[in-house]
Amino acid sequence: MYEGPVQDLIDELGRLPGIGPKSAQRIAFHLLAADPADIGRLQDALQRVREGVVFCEVCGNVAEQSICRICADPRRDPKLVCVVEEPKDVLAIERTREYRGRYHVLGGALDPLSGVGPDQLRIRELLNRIGTDEITEIILATDPNTEGEATATYLVRLLRDFPGLAVTRLASGLPMGGDLEFADELTLGRALTGRRAV
Amino acid sequence: MYVRQLQVTDFRSWAHADLTFEPGVSVLVGANGQGKTNLIEAIGYVATLGSHRAPTDAPLVRHGSTRAIVRTAVVNAGRELLVELEITPGKSNRARINRAPVGRPRDVLGVLRTVLFAPEDIALVRGDPAERRRFLDELLVARSPRYAGIRGDYDRVLKQRSALLKTAGAARRAGARGEELATLDVWDGHLARHGAELLAARLDLVADLGPHVAAAHAGVAPESRPVEVRYRSTLGAALPDGYGVPGGGRADPEALADALLAELGRIRAQEVERGVCLVGPHRDELELVLGEAPARGYASHGESWSFALALRLGAFHLLRGEGTEPVLLLDDVFAELDRRRRERLAEVAAEAEQVLVTAAVEEDLPEKLAGARYEVRDGEVSRAG
Ligand SMILES: Nc1ncnc2c1ncn2[C@@H]1O[C@H](COP(=O)(O)OP(=O)(O)OP(=O)(O)O)[C@@H](O)[C@H]1O
Ligand SMILES: [Mg+2]
Ligand SMILES: [Zn+2]
Repeated sequence: MYEGPVQDLIDELGRLPGIGPKSAQRIAFHLLAADPADIGRLQDALQRVREGVVFCEVCGNVAEQSICRICADPRRDPKLVCVVEEPKDVLAIERTREYRGRYHVLGGALDPLSGVGPDQLRIRELLNRIGTDEITEIILATDPNTEGEATATYLVRLLRDFPGLAVTRLASGLPMGGDLEFADELTLGRALTGRRAV
Repeated sequence: MYVRQLQVTDFRSWAHADLTFEPGVSVLVGANGQGKTNLIEAIGYVATLGSHRAPTDAPLVRHGSTRAIVRTAVVNAGRELLVELEITPGKSNRARINRAPVGRPRDVLGVLRTVLFAPEDIALVRGDPAERRRFLDELLVARSPRYAGIRGDYDRVLKQRSALLKTAGAARRAGARGEELATLDVWDGHLARHGAELLAARLDLVADLGPHVAAAHAGVAPESRPVEVRYRSTLGAALPDGYGVPGGGRADPEALADALLAELGRIRAQEVERGVCLVGPHRDELELVLGEAPARGYASHGESWSFALALRLGAFHLLRGEGTEPVLLLDDVFAELDRRRRERLAEVAAEAEQVLVTAAVEEDLPEKLAGARYEVRDGEVSRAG
């Protein structure tokens, strides 16, 4: 245990996902020794997210304005929508450079243990989009784990009712029980091109 | 296969221990509380990722330490693999094979396969059904490691579906319209699919294991009435005929998934009412029958011991018959057995590629049990012969 503010900082850092006590300590001492200008930028960044991140009105991704860059890009294929759980999954798929369509971010997956049902996810917004936009294919790219699979199954059941809409699921090959975010680019790219109708 | 080396750091009572073994029999001898079982437990952990006597990992870490490390060098058909596990309670464990990190600790399953017989095994006969389900599932994983993943997936779906039933039941009792149930069909489908895979594997296992258990029992207790193991599924009469029975058909997961789904539909109202998941392999039972009566509640102490031993020896013979040569771990069991059963166990031990035995005193061991001796005292292990 360190005294006062240093220990507070270590405790706060340790609360972050993926950071254990040792890393928290390392980061804390790094920050203590860092250039004040670097700390200033970190502070600003934290302040800005606190003041409110904007989510894209169309797809739910994090955005700078009311419509995100991908939704606003006329070169992206509006007929194709890839449904993911979190904004970080958008980044993972973008890194593959295999995908030229748009996205829909659900904000999670069905997870009764955490009290997340369909109403807590952006599912109604997805149905509205399909009803009004020129979408012809939905790619379900929820995580290859229990909650992601259940969410995909649920969406398949809802989307069956739209005539002419193709619904596909990422090809298997992604490590089961995993997280899209951690799939390497090659595997994820292959899963995307090898997607199958469901 | 055999364990050539075991090294532990901060595991149970051991700050550090480093032992090398040879194939054949090795006996750890030492007074009570010297840490013999702790060493056997460490080896068992590498094979099953769990302890045979603690339901969680916390007690495995030496007091005052935050993590335990277990390293084993396992030789299988002339090839040596080094498995390293770092056990950190409350966090996910880390594992390496030949110094290369593996994605998940589960990936080390299959490198070392063991059959462990210990005083705690009396619970196989006298304890709750959960003990016998665990016996089956551990044996499934020893048989085919991919079942660790199937079991994990099933448990996760089960937890999610149970949570949904609980909130749905509460909402219904509070007079809500039950919108929570909109997703129950989805969870039913997933539970049936994963549950059927697990159920099919267990049924086939019981069909294959039964004759080995009966034979082992006849060997250790020839004067006793014969024993039988039967799988009782929550599917009841909906379970297709011949499944889980020696000589019957192999269980078809698709047929079982359909049967589970139908059963879930049939009892849905009851499940929502009670807020629990009533159908599936998590509520199944391995029935142990001695003569005509269930062993649980009827068998004497000695009879229960013979049955438990027969289950372990049956498992050992099943695995051997399928081409894996499991390491036999016998923790403090000779003292519990009468002379004939001791000798019988010593005969089986002589067949195994490797047997690791613990005993408080040399006198507890049958005369026939030759092999290396290790003395365990004051946190040290020394080769004594
Ligand atoms: N997490 C732990 N940290 C430190 N010591 C522990 C821990 N867990 C168990 N012990 C100690 O280990 C000892 C028991 O070791 P073990 O069960 O291996 O004994 P044993 O040699 O098999 O004895 P017996 O002959 O009675 O079976 C006890 O003294 C217990 O206090
Ligand atoms: Mg002991
Ligand atoms: Zn957008």
